Amino acid sequence: MSEMSIAISEKLKSEVKNLNFYYGAVQALKNISLPIERRKVTALIGPSGCGKTTFLRCFNRMHDLYPGNRYEGEIILYPDNINIISTEIDPIEIRMQISMVFQKPNPFPKSIYENVAYGLRVRGINNKQILNERVEKSLRGAALWEEVKDRLHDLAFELSGGQQQRLCIARALATDPRILLFDEPTSALDPTATSKIEELIIELKNEVTIIIVTHNMQQAARVSDSTAFMYLGEIIEFDRTEKIFTAPTKKLTEEYITGRFG
Amino acid sequence: MKDIKRRIAISKYWDYTFATIGLLSSFVGLALLLTLFLDLFIDGFPRLSYKFFTSFPSRFPENAGILSAWVGTVLVMIVTALAAIPLGVAAGIYLEEYAGKNLFTNIIEINIANLAGIPSIIYGLLALGLFVYFFKFGESILTGGLALTLLILPVVIMATREAIRAIPNSIREASYALGATKWQTVRWHILPYSTGGILTGIIIGLSRAIGETAPLITVGALTFIAFLPTSPLSSDFPFISFRWLLDPFTVMPIQLFNWVSRPQKGFHMNAAAAGIVLMVMTLVMNGIAIYIRYRFRKKIKW
Repeated sequence: MSEMSIAISEKLKSEVKNLNFYYGAVQALKNISLPIERRKVTALIGPSGCGKTTFLRCFNRMHDLYPGNRYEGEIILYPDNINIISTEIDPIEIRMQISMVFQKPNPFPKSIYENVAYGLRVRGINNKQILNERVEKSLRGAALWEEVKDRLHDLAFELSGGQQQRLCIARALATDPRILLFDEPTSALDPTATSKIEELIIELKNEVTIIIVTHNMQQAARVSDSTAFMYLGEIIEFDRTEKIFTAPTKKLTEEYITGRFG
Repeated sequence: MKDIKRRIAISKYWDYTFATIGLLSSFVGLALLLTLFLDLFIDGFPRLSYKFFTSFPSRFPENAGILSAWVGTVLVMIVTALAAIPLGVAAGIYLEEYAGKNLFTNIIEINIANLAGIPSIIYGLLALGLFVYFFKFGESILTGGLALTLLILPVVIMATREAIRAIPNSIREASYALGATKWQTVRWHILPYSTGGILTGIIIGLSRAIGETAPLITVGALTFIAFLPTSPLSSDFPFISFRWLLDPFTVMPIQLFNWVSRPQKGFHMNAAAAGIVLMVMTLVMNGIAIYIRYRFRKKIKW
């Protein structure tokens, strides 16, 4: 590795190189390349069907759950230099390191405590003391601890929508992920719950690298450091967020962020 | 305007006509069932006594009871449940969560759906050939229980798949996204969340099996039996005995059939009384199924 690339990889958590993705015969992602900076928030924006969620789900190999999907190219995870989408790498090994928060809050129909502890139990951690510590730490990390500390053993469904989504964030944090993926995390939430999640995202980037898909451009502008605009499975433009939203270089980007389509 | 009112009146007339026909049709089914039950009750109730449950069949109707029949039914049901639950649930989980979608699994699926519609006596013939002649289990409780297992296996498999399919995919994805394997997902999520539906299916399957006569007669259940199977508890080490599995047996519907075919009026009363017991057994099982479904629905909402 040259000195130049070492310098880059110190700043980068991941790097996408010439990624193509196919749902059966349909190509959904075309030749995508993108650097993911360490402990920064990278936003993926674009109109519906542009492939931003498909792209996000490549990072934790979610596409492997369904037959007929195929990746080409590389998503390198630093500092270990492994290719996330290589067929030689077990998707479970990837998902143990890269967590995901979904579009709709999807807590398990179990207690608040068990929801957060699940990722640890999957890893064979059953020591009560360790579990208690990690559950509290994760719930604090997701700014939910104060609200639920007295009812950890209540069903997660009894929480409000916004609390459920923060619970899902706590669940994703419990396993100390290297990258945290957010797939339109606030699209099912009201404005108050949304702004709480956004504050949380800004706070979390001090500890973890974040990639967020959003169809809400204000949200991308508020929370992200850099933004990629996608259209029809391609990245049209990628830059610092303030640059994308104030002085985009491509005409298509400008039309999208000014609301002329999408 | 007048024209429109007239049209509405004509349309509504048909509305009322159908409502009346529909109501009457529903009453036919209900009234028949009630009459049947009442008739059974009037005939059989006087015969229901402690002695009726603790006596063997006899040549004298007033001495005859259903001891061997209800013990036989309970034991056969135990064998059926122990065999059908693990097989059916495992098959259901495999088909829903593990198997890919290809020609092979399609053939399995079509076959299971068709198996549910096969006449029960055919299962009896299969059990006769397989368990009695091939495996040499004899005309025993084991054979009877396994024959009924074959019969209700499709019901259990389909109920399991139905219950699993009701779990939203977002729950599976949440589990897999945390690095869980298939088995961890099944063990921690799929099975616990579908237990209500699976149990309901099992009980409905068993309540179908409890009334079956044809396959058990085919495999050689006795119609007159005046002794009990070997006790499952024994006084010698290891204190549990499985000899009862290979003992001959009879079940409630066969006892009932036997009494109905006698000429004496007294036996007909016995048949009615046994009919009440059988019906209550079935109703209780269905009641348990409804209760379980209610309990689990209350706990898990998607």
